[in-house]
Amino acid sequence: MSLSRSAVALRRTAVHAVPTMLGIVVLCFLLLQLVPGDAVDVLAGQSGSATAETMSALREQYGLNQGLGSQLWSYLAHLAHFDLGRSVRFGTPVTQLVLDRLPATLLLMLSALGFALVLGIVAGWVMAAFANRWPDRILQVVVLLFYSTPGFWVGLMAIVLFSVKLGWLPSSGNATIGSALTGFDYLLDRARYLVLPSIALSTFFIAIYARLTRASMLEVTSQDFIRTAAAKGLHPFYIQLRHALRNALIPVTTMAGLHLGNLLGGAVVVETIFGWPGMGRLALDAVVGRDFNVLLGVLLLSSLVVIVSNAIVDQLHAWLDPRIEGH
Amino acid sequence: MTTSVLDAAPRGSRLLRAFARNPSFLFGCAILLAVVVVALLAPWLFPGDPQDMVAPPTLWPGEDMAYPLGTDSLGRDVAAGLAYGARVSLAVGVIAAALGLLIGAVVGAIGGYFGGKVDLVLARLTELFQTIPTFILVIVIVAIGQPTATVIVTAIGIASWPTVARLVRAQFRSLREADFVMAARSLGYSHWRIIVHEILPNALPPVVVTTSVMVANAILTEAGLSFLSMGDPNLVSWGSMIGDGGPLLRTAWFLTALPGAAIALTVLSLNLVGDGLNDVLNPRSMQQ
Repeated sequence: MSLSRSAVALRRTAVHAVPTMLGIVVLCFLLLQLVPGDAVDVLAGQSGSATAETMSALREQYGLNQGLGSQLWSYLAHLAHFDLGRSVRFGTPVTQLVLDRLPATLLLMLSALGFALVLGIVAGWVMAAFANRWPDRILQVVVLLFYSTPGFWVGLMAIVLFSVKLGWLPSSGNATIGSALTGFDYLLDRARYLVLPSIALSTFFIAIYARLTRASMLEVTSQDFIRTAAAKGLHPFYIQLRHALRNALIPVTTMAGLHLGNLLGGAVVVETIFGWPGMGRLALDAVVGRDFNVLLGVLLLSSLVVIVSNAIVDQLHAWLDPRIEGH
Repeated sequence: MTTSVLDAAPRGSRLLRAFARNPSFLFGCAILLAVVVVALLAPWLFPGDPQDMVAPPTLWPGEDMAYPLGTDSLGRDVAAGLAYGARVSLAVGVIAAALGLLIGAVVGAIGGYFGGKVDLVLARLTELFQTIPTFILVIVIVAIGQPTATVIVTAIGIASWPTVARLVRAQFRSLREADFVMAARSLGYSHWRIIVHEILPNALPPVVVTTSVMVANAILTEAGLSFLSMGDPNLVSWGSMIGDGGPLLRTAWFLTALPGAAIALTVLSLNLVGDGLNDVLNPRSMQQ
């Protein structure tokens, strides 16, 4: 039964994800067309001695003088072979450049997401349990502050406090350079570098999940099945955990899926602050070098990450909420 | 007794009372009003260009009372920068949110009202824009265009419309079959007239609530963009002040702290206003 549920979820994902991905590819292609000048202009600028004849010969060779439709077709054909073109600055394939940076960004994203989910759900749960009493009111103010403060600023202030004043945690990079640590020491070293960026990236999302958990816990606890569970004589703590929280988590997982794009966007700024070698930094370097193939490669791959993560969230949903089956 | 008086009062004054009973809403309004006043009065409070060097560099706040919030690495007055930055942040936030509202309302209204194939295409388009990481899309658009205020506002507007589109679409779908719309249709009103004059006014309350959150998000996006020095180089903004203060983080952290606090305070006030609007305009959520 649970297998058929996840099969339904998978099919729904495929029906939605494929057209979305195709649309994003077309959008990327159109954005590339908007870039002033083309690849030949860039090449000519680099060589410094291009005549009008050689330039038009190059355009012929790269197919840049063809109509928009056939250019789009060849763009799609290249994409089908995971070919996103070459970086103008590095001369290496864009796909490789972006994929090299992907693990660092994913690590930061997952760590921040985990942090935000745990803290947010606990805070929301406490707020709902003490609804309209002082722990709830205090937490509401804290959560609202988290919701309103730019994450990158939190990161900078955390550097001032934890790196500059207290000297507890490193402020830049993702591992100690030139160290030959192994095993547990290596993991500990990596974890120390992960703490501050994860905090900076997660504050906004802690707030979102806390507010959502509070609202949906309050909604769930007023429903009949909770009263039934209480009438059965179950321990209130067990009811809260097994019955209320599980149901309250459904909107939270939906939201977590919807906000993955924002999380990736936030990672761009956070990576810059902490010298984190991920896709966001790559994107910004590409902006400075006007390396648009790389920039759009990042946009494309990060959209793909969102689509894949949403598929995972869908699966999680199917597991959390049996009612979704027939949907 | 009191309820009967309330019932007798016209709708407008009942809403006013509901707002007056909401302290956090009033608090948010007060902060927002203060920021708006500072933004409007900036040229009178701080005559002269905020980009000019006026004093020795990196004066700490309180060191020289002529510059109560200190000066930055180029000797520019931080207080003046904050006041002029308020103009940029508020203007960018409001215009970008307005653009997002306009696009979202048009897409959502057309899709929700007509349904069918049009709706399917527009819903897919909305989904597409919701999937793309907003901030990265804004960066791409600004990098392809030029970092001028116009391009930045347009980029933020383009990236922010899907939320509104979904809200408006849902409203239009539920109101499409309502009796008053049927009546309008049987009177032979045009689609345009039904959409704009009949359904839209009734679809507005949830959109109004979203507006302040959209302005807040636009301000945060602009701050992030100009922090990455992708903002308009001719304008002082809170984000660019944080970016300029970055290299001096170890010695003069107030250069980073002050503009960040200004952003947080402004966004906080907008969120408080949004929560207040939500409590009053969506009474269902107030019971929670």
